[in-house]
Amino acid sequence: MDSSNVPAFTPKHAVPTGFRDYFSSASPFQRQLASVRKQTPFGQTPSRRKIPQCSPLQENIDPQKIAFLLHKQWTLYTLTPLYKFSYTNLKRYSTLLNSFLAAEKQKGLAMETGENCNFKVIFSTLSGMKGTHRDPVAFLVQIVSKSQLSSKNAEDKVVWTGWFCCVYGDSLLENVPDDFTCLPLFLANGAESNTALIGTWFQKTFDCRFTRLTISAFNLSWMAAMWTSCNLECYGAAMELLWSVPCSPQNLDISYAINPEDAKALWDSVHQTPEEITQEEVDLFIDCLCSHFHRHFKINLSATRLVYVSTSVASAHTDGKLKIFCSNYLIGVLAFLTELAIFQIE
Amino acid sequence: MVMSSLEDGLSPVIPNITQTRKNKSVFALLNPNDEEGDSEYAEGNETDALHQAFEHIRNVPKRGRIKKKHLETLKDIAWKFGLSPEDIDTLLDVALSSAFGDATKTRLLKCLIPTTVIPESSVVKAVSRLCANNYSSNTKVIFFRWLIALFDFIDHKEELNSLYGFFFSFLQEESLAPYISNLLYLLTKKENVKLFRVRKLLELQSKVGMQPYFQALLSLYKSFCPDLITISLPPKRKHYFKSMDSTWRAAFILVRQRNQLSPLTSVDLTIGIADSHLQTKKWHSVCAVPAPTSSHVCKEEDLGSLEAVLDVSNQRPFPLEQLHTFPQLLKNLQNLELPAQMCSVLTSRPLLHYLNCIQDETVRLRLYYWMNQELKEGCTWYRVSNYASEEEFSKFLDIIINAQCFLQEGFPSSEVFLYRSLPFWDGVSCQAEYLQLLSWIPLGNFSDIKPLFCDSLAQLFFTSTIYQKCSILHSLKQLLQNWLLGHSVEVSLKPSLSTTLDTTMIALNSMSELINYVGWLSSFALRLEDHSSFLLHFILDFFEMVSDAYLNYSLPLLMIFPPGVFYPALLTSDTITLNHLCYIMYRSHFSSPNKEEREWL
Repeated sequence: MDSSNVPAFTPKHAVPTGFRDYFSSASPFQRQLASVRKQTPFGQTPSRRKIPQCSPLQENIDPQKIAFLLHKQWTLYTLTPLYKFSYTNLKRYSTLLNSFLAAEKQKGLAMETGENCNFKVIFSTLSGMKGTHRDPVAFLVQIVSKSQLSSKNAEDKVVWTGWFCCVYGDSLLENVPDDFTCLPLFLANGAESNTALIGTWFQKTFDCRFTRLTISAFNLSWMAAMWTSCNLECYGAAMELLWSVPCSPQNLDISYAINPEDAKALWDSVHQTPEEITQEEVDLFIDCLCSHFHRHFKINLSATRLVYVSTSVASAHTDGKLKIFCSNYLIGVLAFLTELAIFQIE
Repeated sequence: MVMSSLEDGLSPVIPNITQTRKNKSVFALLNPNDEEGDSEYAEGNETDALHQAFEHIRNVPKRGRIKKKHLETLKDIAWKFGLSPEDIDTLLDVALSSAFGDATKTRLLKCLIPTTVIPESSVVKAVSRLCANNYSSNTKVIFFRWLIALFDFIDHKEELNSLYGFFFSFLQEESLAPYISNLLYLLTKKENVKLFRVRKLLELQSKVGMQPYFQALLSLYKSFCPDLITISLPPKRKHYFKSMDSTWRAAFILVRQRNQLSPLTSVDLTIGIADSHLQTKKWHSVCAVPAPTSSHVCKEEDLGSLEAVLDVSNQRPFPLEQLHTFPQLLKNLQNLELPAQMCSVLTSRPLLHYLNCIQDETVRLRLYYWMNQELKEGCTWYRVSNYASEEEFSKFLDIIINAQCFLQEGFPSSEVFLYRSLPFWDGVSCQAEYLQLLSWIPLGNFSDIKPLFCDSLAQLFFTSTIYQKCSILHSLKQLLQNWLLGHSVEVSLKPSLSTTLDTTMIALNSMSELINYVGWLSSFALRLEDHSSFLLHFILDFFEMVSDAYLNYSLPLLMIFPPGVFYPALLTSDTITLNHLCYIMYRSHFSSPNKEEREWL
């Protein structure tokens, strides 16, 4: 190439072999881009899924230790991989986050590190909250308010809880280098302002990004089917489904409650393939419920939007709110949510 | 930080006089040992008068008064020509000696305009006098104001820095506190930030309340040592310090111009203070790019292992908050570290340069994850619930496009976003920015890219107005140009024959397919728009780029005009179009590498 012929179109600097070494497919981008190119715009969801089972690692969990996770309203977020997060520094992270929160509470006025404030931040790990050995260990952040009285008998009250976990997150883990810790699911319980502050601290320290996890009606129907298929010794509350009809001035909500044993019976009759749930079964299950409703009330539920599902195992709302009732199937619930979170990240 | 300027009660600047004055000290004359002074000295009334004035001032008895005439002379000459460093020294000395009254001291201090530099020793001497003797607060205030205004022109600052503690002790006086804070702000280096000083500042602050000058100093300390202070600051203010006396500075600049000396390049005083948290409506979804901050958490971890091994002369990393210019980047290239949030590189040009040099994958991965999420959340048409308005999103896209243009390369996340959102695009929202994203798709196998955007784009194209059609054609032309550019640079970087052939083959294929696609689009578009010459202009622009491919980028693209474009252009009644077409044919004739092709054309 005769360089003297080239007019003023020469680039200002050499193209680096940086962002895209296009003709070598070594980088993780290539794999991600390749997956986008194969995907249709609407994404691909698997048409078959395994029935949530207890993972072998879960046997190690002490049910009392995770009792505090149950029966609480969790707000769900997805989280991009954390950069340079190490499990050995949890104590240090506690002090840093503590001082950050203390400073934020006293906005505008400077505060020293280590000064006394009436709360404490604790970082701890949750063992057993993972699907395979490859999954990173889940960890927990708690804000504990110190009692004003210095009596030892008074218990510290937990004001805010948040935990990060990853259950069966293989599709994300294989693409990511070692410096990153992948914990795509974040669950928070407590005041929204605290969640905002802690989220901001994490975003600044570990270069990650939180996004609210919304569950579509399609996935809610899957949840309904999967949780109904779980075998429980005794059934607690009724199975409830909530449909929302958008109209002014307020949304019209249709609540449909079913006896749990009846729901299980219906599911058993629909369910053919052992060990797996297929898309057709889920659709059939929901259609049966809707047609039954139609027969009695002449309302076509399929024209409305499913927003809330509640079973004896867990309950979920489309805005990303979750409540878990049964510790046996905790891993199964988390696995499905991790899958949704990973799908939202990529 | 910008200092607002307010005029003080200082005398106005005197208009330009073309007379030059030799930069020599008056006192050399008075010194009998200095013999060479006489011959070089230019005779002038002013210098004589100055000499007399100085002599008088020096010899004024204690508690005497200086004659008004001498003061006037001094002021005139100082403001017209400035004083040499030695004169400054003497005058400062004299002014701060306790012989004179307050008003006189003030007048003398106001005459301190240097010609070149202010010697550091004189400032040190003055400060020592200030500490030792009792002065009225007025004098002290004037002195410090003068020091702040002409801070840049002190020749060395190391000794001043060692007096940091003394300056700090002046903070206790309430009247001086704003000026001292300003001075400390200019003087502070990382070593000066100590815990006891921080505590003292906090104590002072609790006494007088949160003053803006304390805020400024605390935030500067914070940017140096974030773990020493945990403060949350109110949003960044533009004006932390009171009016800087710009009359002193202005006078100095004029003096230099008058003496025809080159102006000193003063250090840019705009030190960016790390932004405290933006008040956002939703903390987890907003299209805001934060300012670059150094990550202190990761640094501490490595301290134990690395620092012990590394050479002591290898300094601490350069604080990112102070990186603003390219020369700074070059100077500190070895000890620069990456920001805590990788997305902040998008708005900082030096950091983008730095990004270019790094080969680390994790860096790009971090940026990829962040941008992916931001684009998804902010996109006003892709998701049902979105948190950003269209204006915010187009501003965000603008930032990304500027960064891409700067790096001359597209980000992978913007490419992914384009493929995902194009089927849902309405053709109108953020049109200009979105189409620019189109032109940064990297060169690859066209058959891979085709199903992802060609069909959706074609749908949009055929149903849009003529202006939108032209915009799309323009961005496709940019796309081709970027491909040609990228390919030619790629080839020049990798001269080995086998890879060059491969890449050239793929490039040629892709580009030919793109040209076919555009030709197909154009033919139909022309029929739809009734052969509008406006549209033809853009179409012919595209084909002109194609015809230039061999000459400019040495890629032998075969130029084939689709008949749907060629015949309307040839048979048009519009002379401009015909001219354009002939020009293209002429160019392709000469740019074709093949002799047979040339004859055919």
